[in-house]
Amino acid sequence: MQWLSQILVISWFNLRNLPQRLGSSLATVVGVAGVVLVFIGVLSIATGLDKTLASTGDEESVIVMRSGATDEMSSGLSHDETRIIADAPGVARGQSGPVASAELYVVVDVPKRGADTEANVPLRGVSPAAFDVRQELEFIAGRNFEPGKNEIIVGEGAAREFDGLELGASKRWGENTWTVVGIFSTGGTVADSEIWCDAKVLQPAYRRGNSYQSVQARLESAASFQAFKDALTSDPRLNVQVDKAQDYYAGQSTILSGTIRVLGVVIGLLMGFGAIFGALNTMYTAVSARTREIATLRALGFGSGPVVISVLFEAVVLAAIGGVIGAVLAYGIFNGFHAATLNWQTFSQVTFAFAVTAPLMVAGILYALVMGFVGGVLPAVRAARLPVATALRGH
Amino acid sequence: MKFLHLVWRNLMRKKARTTLTVLSIFIAFVLYGALVAVKTAFGVGVELAGLDRLVTIHKISLIQPLPESYGRKILAIDGVSKVAHANWFGGVYQDPKNYFAQFAVDPGYLEIYPEIRMPPEQREAWLNDRTGALVGRQTAERFDWKVGDRIPLQGTIWRTPDDSAWEFTIRGIYDADKGFDTTNFFFHHEYLTETTGIEGIVGWYTLQIEDPDRSAAIAGEVDQLFANSPAETKTSTEKAFAQGFANQIGNIGQIVQGVLAVVFFTLLLVAGNTMALSVRERLNELGVLKTLGFSDTRVMLLVLAESFLITFVGGGIGLAVVTWLTRSFDLGGAMLPTLYLPWNAVWIGIALLAFTAFAAGAIPALQAQRLTIVDALRRT
Repeated sequence: MQWLSQILVISWFNLRNLPQRLGSSLATVVGVAGVVLVFIGVLSIATGLDKTLASTGDEESVIVMRSGATDEMSSGLSHDETRIIADAPGVARGQSGPVASAELYVVVDVPKRGADTEANVPLRGVSPAAFDVRQELEFIAGRNFEPGKNEIIVGEGAAREFDGLELGASKRWGENTWTVVGIFSTGGTVADSEIWCDAKVLQPAYRRGNSYQSVQARLESAASFQAFKDALTSDPRLNVQVDKAQDYYAGQSTILSGTIRVLGVVIGLLMGFGAIFGALNTMYTAVSARTREIATLRALGFGSGPVVISVLFEAVVLAAIGGVIGAVLAYGIFNGFHAATLNWQTFSQVTFAFAVTAPLMVAGILYALVMGFVGGVLPAVRAARLPVATALRGH
Repeated sequence: MKFLHLVWRNLMRKKARTTLTVLSIFIAFVLYGALVAVKTAFGVGVELAGLDRLVTIHKISLIQPLPESYGRKILAIDGVSKVAHANWFGGVYQDPKNYFAQFAVDPGYLEIYPEIRMPPEQREAWLNDRTGALVGRQTAERFDWKVGDRIPLQGTIWRTPDDSAWEFTIRGIYDADKGFDTTNFFFHHEYLTETTGIEGIVGWYTLQIEDPDRSAAIAGEVDQLFANSPAETKTSTEKAFAQGFANQIGNIGQIVQGVLAVVFFTLLLVAGNTMALSVRERLNELGVLKTLGFSDTRVMLLVLAESFLITFVGGGIGLAVVTWLTRSFDLGGAMLPTLYLPWNAVWIGIALLAFTAFAAGAIPALQAQRLTIVDALRRT
């Protein structure tokens, strides 16, 4: 009990003294804040990317591609094959037949906003059922394309990141001129990065005959997945692979977000060492400036334990303040920051928003506490080891 | 120079503090080097892309094929000395995780890329083997492939008639200068067409031109030649093409700069704070120096010299370590095959060292200069 009150007394005493050491204490706080800011900032890119790709597709949506295809780009299905897939058991049925959309996936060059270079933007030709497969899709401007016309609808991410995709704009790709008639949102899924049109119009424009690349379908229930998959993979007329849409899209972000995560952690760790050295300097200086005070306390009967803890406490408090500032700044600056990058698997652009999530902020603040602790422990031990008599005689 | 000893002794007063400051500056410059290396790696090929090479792709996008007949027409254009074509293959070696790029090329490709180097007998062996392949050193080492090995690749875009794996024989393992991608795998376009039966189309063309100054004019001429045809083209210098591709990944440059700005701000604060602390503690001594006849300027320079010494020792070692590491080892693996620190970034790093030293030491140095003897000696 006495021990505890000693700790409180010294800690309070230290904290009240902080303003006298404002400059160097501030340097520690800002140093730690900088580390946490960068740490959270870089990781929020990976989190955002994962979030976009992982949120695509729900329990009931599936994607069927040619066996061995790593993505839609390298897949190919004939018209007949897509019909067999649509009629497979387990596919939900709407008013106009099975909820299965045969789709084409190509890329077109569209200039990236703010850069004078072009980017591979995905252009997806869809069948009418596509809108029943993605029930989350809603139009935020304009209308749907009319079948058979050279009309396109644009995901909100694509409309924001790339030039000349505003409502009413026209785009010339090859021999065709396309008009943007609608802007849609799927609430942050991959489709928001895409441009859609009628698959029947896209086939001749890209000389694809009557072929497709994937079938996106909705099942009656998540439970019918295995039966659906077995029916297709055992059908001798087909050579296809069946994936849950969620698994397919989640798999696409692993390489990129993994690389970004490694970068973020490495940068964060290195910077963390820098900040710990800064904190060590500050705390050593704080201890040496208070040599006589500490010695006086010891002479008055305060134990070495409370002295150690009070110095540690000060370092951890400074780091915690820095950590919270860094986390809040990161949230303010990075959360929801829009960006677009290349999806290596499909060779096309995916738009996403940086995501500063609660776990990420907590991780950043915990990291700050670790920095404070490591930066405070050696100076604290030194403070406790000060020989009382010499310290009092000093100066 | 005769005061170097004095500067040194001043720094050694508090060894722990000096060491910590040197270490934090060391880390900042390691970070600088590492981030610039990452930025360079994301901009794969931009640094080394030749200005005397043009790339012609389909106007709609890179994935649309071009007619093989374009090659001869392009070669006929005045100023174009060589033309070669390539196709993206996109095969899978055992598992999609074992990613590396594969290209089906015509033999002329090697003449346009003198960067691709291998023993002449390997080159000859490759040219004479229809199913032969050339593979970069990095990929060969990754999978422990030797010349003569049979390599099966499962086609994804391009399929064999019975959808079995494609069989290749490694005929050569190539090396290249630092910065040129040595993870690629090249094989004959002829093998592709014969196996698939898909003839007459290629992915893109690479053109060698005689005079880099005429690149814009020649690019315009190529595109004009195929204007209003079913397959219109877009031609740019290889450098612009590589830059455009790098831009697709996103603004890595901007993100790196943002991170670096925070790193240096944080670091300046830490280093500047330490300098300020150490000057404050030594006001007496500085007063004594002035009493002994040291001029204001000289005292100021002494303090500044400390800052320079600390920064150049810590940061200099940091820069040297990153330069050495990234140039001697392949740290980037398969994802960032060209991770290294270019020389011009090293020079910029040295300029940054000077700036950091100056910025961290400026305020304490001014403080030392303005210090009057009376004030300094009055303090205890």
